[in-house]
Amino acid sequence: MASNTPIKQRRGLVAIDGAMALIVILLVVQIWLLSATLEAFLAGHRGPVVPAAIFSGLLFAACVTLNLFVDRVDRESRRP
Amino acid sequence: MSPLRSPSKERLWKEEFSVFTSDERYVSRRQFTKFLTLASLGMFAGNLWIVLKSYLAKKRAYPAAEIASLGEIPVHGVKLFSYPTQQDNCIMVRTAEDEYVAYSQKCTHLSCAVYYSAKNDRFECPCHQGFFSIKDGSVLQGPPPRPLPQIVLERDGGKLIATAVKVSGNG
Repeated sequence: MASNTPIKQRRGLVAIDGAMALIVILLVVQIWLLSATLEAFLAGHRGPVVPAAIFSGLLFAACVTLNLFVDRVDRESRRP
Repeated sequence: MSPLRSPSKERLWKEEFSVFTSDERYVSRRQFTKFLTLASLGMFAGNLWIVLKSYLAKKRAYPAAEIASLGEIPVHGVKLFSYPTQQDNCIMVRTAEDEYVAYSQKCTHLSCAVYYSAKNDRFECPCHQGFFSIKDGSVLQGPPPRPLPQIVLERDGGKLIATAVKVSGNG
């Protein structure tokens, strides 16, 4: 039962769930950004192309950071 | 049974293929996170591809085409023409004695044909009440997201020549 699980692991799981939810939100924003940029580009507007790429890169960096965080929490919560 | 497995002294990589359901759940979250991060990389790559395309794309060359002669239409009169291809309908208005403006006739909302309203001195789209300025084609009202593309006009003696299409943002 949950009461028998070590607190460290339970907290680790909550942290991983939270990080995953955050990554999903970032990914949704990135998908929207890509489709909006593509629409603008196809309409002949090149202005938003570079800022969108930079912002998308930042979102990707945030996802990588969260992924590293998940890895670290995972390792720590598995450590006996 | 608890969804969490008991702490193990095994190395992490050895647990990747664990026989315990609880371990499987724990690992699959990590793998799902990796998948999401890879998807994020894909989105970023897509944005970079658009940047590359926009820099490598050649600037479109427009042909010069005679569309009217000076004085052919009265002040506040309208002439319809096609530019740069036969499929691209455009509208030209003589706004003053010596002033002509021309725009694409396609509304930037859903491509209905806009018409010139002399009463309100603006272009109007009959489909969804989108209004455009006669001065620069910018959106005055309604759902259109962008200004009308402007046709660049030049004079050659007594003729009006269309030389390019100017697409601008809605700023």
